[in-house]
Amino acid sequence: MSASQAADDAGQPAPILEAHDAQLSFGVTPALRGANLALVRGEILAVMGPSGSGKSTLLYCLAGILTPDTGEILFDGQRVDTMGEQERSRLRRDHFGFVFQFGQLVPELTAEENVALPLLLGGASRSRALDAARAWFEPLSLDGLERRRSGELSGGQAQRVALARGLVSRPEVLFADEPTGSLDSLTGEQVMELLVSATRRQGTTVVLVTHEARVAAYADREVVVRDGKANSLSAGRVRS
Amino acid sequence: MSVPIALLGLLEREPSHGYELKRDYDAYFGRGKALPFGQVYATLGRLARDGKVLPGEVEPGAGPDRKRYAITPIGKSEVETWLDTPIEPEPHLQTVLFEKVVLALMLGRSAEHYLDIQRGTHLQRMRELTELKRSGTAIDALLADHGLFHLEADLRWIDLTAARLDSLTAMVRS
Repeated sequence: MSASQAADDAGQPAPILEAHDAQLSFGVTPALRGANLALVRGEILAVMGPSGSGKSTLLYCLAGILTPDTGEILFDGQRVDTMGEQERSRLRRDHFGFVFQFGQLVPELTAEENVALPLLLGGASRSRALDAARAWFEPLSLDGLERRRSGELSGGQAQRVALARGLVSRPEVLFADEPTGSLDSLTGEQVMELLVSATRRQGTTVVLVTHEARVAAYADREVVVRDGKANSLSAGRVRS
Repeated sequence: MSVPIALLGLLEREPSHGYELKRDYDAYFGRGKALPFGQVYATLGRLARDGKVLPGEVEPGAGPDRKRYAITPIGKSEVETWLDTPIEPEPHLQTVLFEKVVLALMLGRSAEHYLDIQRGTHLQRMRELTELKRSGTAIDALLADHGLFHLEADLRWIDLTAARLDSLTAMVRS
């Protein structure tokens, strides 16, 4: 039985993702000065805080992109911070999905090829990866845009393609860093609605970095990062 | 903000005469509307009756204002409870938010703690409105959006105030 399937003595589900006193400096500049938090499976957590407070650094540490200088990061009970680069890379590919502020689609690829990318990198055949990718276009209101390149998509369309790419491998955790930051209010709302519906349907855990309260309100709860510190060890409940 | 809680808060700083309380109330919370002397003494009388303030000995001199009032443990407890209780999030609460922060700073309490619990309460209400928007009709969404934008404005004020606490503290205590 994995750690996340286990329940603690109080009957609470074990967290799927944890940070314990994670600290990280860039040179002499401290970026994280003690992050403590825990998420249960299927939970959507908003990470809030002013610019430069360390919220994106926290996301990158939780996702195994950065390694904290001290402290622990655990995914499903396993230490992420002590893994080697290859192992972390495999973890990100097999278990995590990502959505960034500006979509960061590959401009040379079509929308459906962009969505299929995580599956292709994971070793799936081209036809299987593209079939799986195309299945995401209708639920995300992207029908008919499969063959367009990123330059031919609006900001909202490109961000929905990026969302499909983040979810296509059915990750256990989706990391979203300001996913609506480059969109107007209405388009951002549509992206958030789709993100929440899709992740709730799949039971995906979401770490959502945002400075917008209206975006954070889609989450089950929030943690505020201030001067590199965050404390939210009591994993929350998942909204039905 | 109620006058009794304001007077209790001012008394927690230090024992004061009625005219000092009126002067400070008008300066910090009156916003152009002076508190009548009669209301000051009537309020102090009720607070004394309820055991929240203690009038001192009558001091020599003329006029009604010859007693110095001090806050009691019951009064302190009432101020503490008021400060620690987030207000129900709804539009147009800026004045109460403002008063809580000023009084907390004046008393050397953690205004940051108050802002944090208020932020949490506001976000909880925003989650409820967002859920209403997601599950309700277009009319529900329209109403929810109105509430969400107002709450968001409060939250921006809360965040900005939290960022300015150091300079605000210096000003209020100077």
